Amino acid sequence: MTGEKRWRWSAIVFLTIVLLLLVLGRSSLLAFRLPGSQAPSSPASRLPNFQAPVPHRIVSLIPSVTEMLFAIGDGDDVVGVSSFDHYPPAVEGRTRVGGLLDPDFERILALRPDLVIVYGTQGALIDRLARAGVPMFNYEHAGLADITRTLRQIGDRVGRSAVAARLADDIERELGEIRTKTSTSAKPKTMIVFEREAGTLRGMFASGGIGFLHDILVVAGGTNVFADVPRQSLQVTAETVLARAPEAILEIRSGESWTPQRIASERDVWRALASVPAVRTGRIYLLTDEMISIPGPRVAEATLAVAKTLHPDLFK
Amino acid sequence: MSEHPLRRALPIVAGLFVAMVAVVIAAPFVGATSIRFSRVFSRSVPFANNLDGQIFFVARLPRALAAAFVGGALSAAGVVFQGLLRNPLATPYTLGVSAGAALGAMIAITFGSAWPTGGVASASLAGAGLAVIVVYALASARHAGLSTTVLLLAGVTLNAFFSALILFVQYLSNFAQVFRAMRWLMGDLDVAGYAPILAALPFVVVAFVAFAWLARPLNLLSLGADAAESRGVNVNRAQRLAFFSASLATGAAVSVGGPIGFVGIIVPHLVRMLVGADHRLVLPASTFFGAAFLVVCDVIARTLIAPMELPVGVITAIIGGPFFLWLLIRRK
Repeated sequence: MTGEKRWRWSAIVFLTIVLLLLVLGRSSLLAFRLPGSQAPSSPASRLPNFQAPVPHRIVSLIPSVTEMLFAIGDGDDVVGVSSFDHYPPAVEGRTRVGGLLDPDFERILALRPDLVIVYGTQGALIDRLARAGVPMFNYEHAGLADITRTLRQIGDRVGRSAVAARLADDIERELGEIRTKTSTSAKPKTMIVFEREAGTLRGMFASGGIGFLHDILVVAGGTNVFADVPRQSLQVTAETVLARAPEAILEIRSGESWTPQRIASERDVWRALASVPAVRTGRIYLLTDEMISIPGPRVAEATLAVAKTLHPDLFK
Repeated sequence: MSEHPLRRALPIVAGLFVAMVAVVIAAPFVGATSIRFSRVFSRSVPFANNLDGQIFFVARLPRALAAAFVGGALSAAGVVFQGLLRNPLATPYTLGVSAGAALGAMIAITFGSAWPTGGVASASLAGAGLAVIVVYALASARHAGLSTTVLLLAGVTLNAFFSALILFVQYLSNFAQVFRAMRWLMGDLDVAGYAPILAALPFVVVAFVAFAWLARPLNLLSLGADAAESRGVNVNRAQRLAFFSASLATGAAVSVGGPIGFVGIIVPHLVRMLVGADHRLVLPASTFFGAAFLVVCDVIARTLIAPMELPVGVITAIIGGPFFLWLLIRRK
């Protein structure tokens, strides 16, 4: 085959592929829709509709909102939960409908829900539920203030505004008390690590300057060493830890089986970075309680645990 | 011919060696935090209090060495795989070694949170070993020797199969684990110490001893199996040795830095442009060039958006992807 012929062939193959992709792309736009339902045209149509009737068959794909529903006394209306839900213990009896990345649309529909709590990034699921005409409550983790706001919103949505508002007020009051108590003491420069490869300083991820972990730290009387990084999480290397020189290291490691020996040996791993103040003074803490990683109604309790860890003298 | 081609290219190989050494020495001085030479080696401060010294010796030097180690091993393995399969588009990952390693690492990340230190590296090495055994068994099942065609097909199929298993394992993991697993797949050279490199070193040393022996047989194999046989090469033995040694080097490299892409394909091609096709030159030159190349890529990865860092696999892919495509079009 001559060079020119080959070029012509590759051009034909390339154009065919492009055409095929175009056709496939269009056909997904013309996808089947259930009668009477509308495709979501703008983000606004995905927002919860507050005039909607009070739901009694709720599927929650977000552990923190599941906790909120139980905390405001609406647990009996929760019929489905995500595969990551473990609290309160009553959720163990509920149908599991998948997680953040793998929600099981059919199983959700089979539960005949009148409200589905979805995470903002579950675009495909949100589109499908909208097409099926299932009401949704859209949520995304953000800061500490968003937790109590969400609590009030979900209370309004399920017809338990008063209970939810009271609980939200309580949480805000407790957080305020912790803030007042820690306000006068020194604020240790703290690094919050929430993931690390066991036994090494590899694969470390820490909280940046936004998000509820950062907010919890500030209320609990600490300064985030990564407060200047406008992200919820960032990967940290040995060099960043050395350069940022945290005075305290908080490792939040739930969902694993911990023994005192393992906690001690995992704390020892940090000794490799001997010049870090937290290593020299031994202020390395492993918090293994799951509640700290769930931005739900136990957040005041979680903040108190962090405050007690950082300022044991203030909370005797 | 006025001069032997081997001798003419020797200065280039020596130059690449010098470049590699220079880059490995210089890299630890470059970074987000500025450190001073005098303070790094200062004896007046105890090492535990010497921030500059710690950044140099605990954070950056192991990284530079890991990058050189992984880059050199992957590039040399790429040369051997391309020679063995007689296919210029072969990479160290073509025969499923990296997918097997990735599967092992995913299992360790998901289920091995309480495993001892180095669990992820050991598991990835075990996964690579499993892939090698399966591919070899398939390729030698119905042939007297090693069928490179079956080798290629079995490797590609195994890649797909292991990728599916990886998805299955990820399905069982939680968010943080999925996140870490994804990050592992992008390649990470922040080894934070010398232990991971030392653990993988024996494997790579053995592989390179084999590479040294393989240089001549690979030259003859490039003429075709029959031609090589007629010139006294035990083709079956050479192919088997090439397959196992290159897989060993790849598995060891991946256990240290994750499946960093494109190094093992672009470096051999660039080097062949410089020194020609003789494996006695291409193998050492690729090792030195690949080592220097990955060290530079890693410096870019850790400084570009500091204090955050880019995955080094993303840097090699951004450089390597377009190059690979260019190679594909240019191929005669």
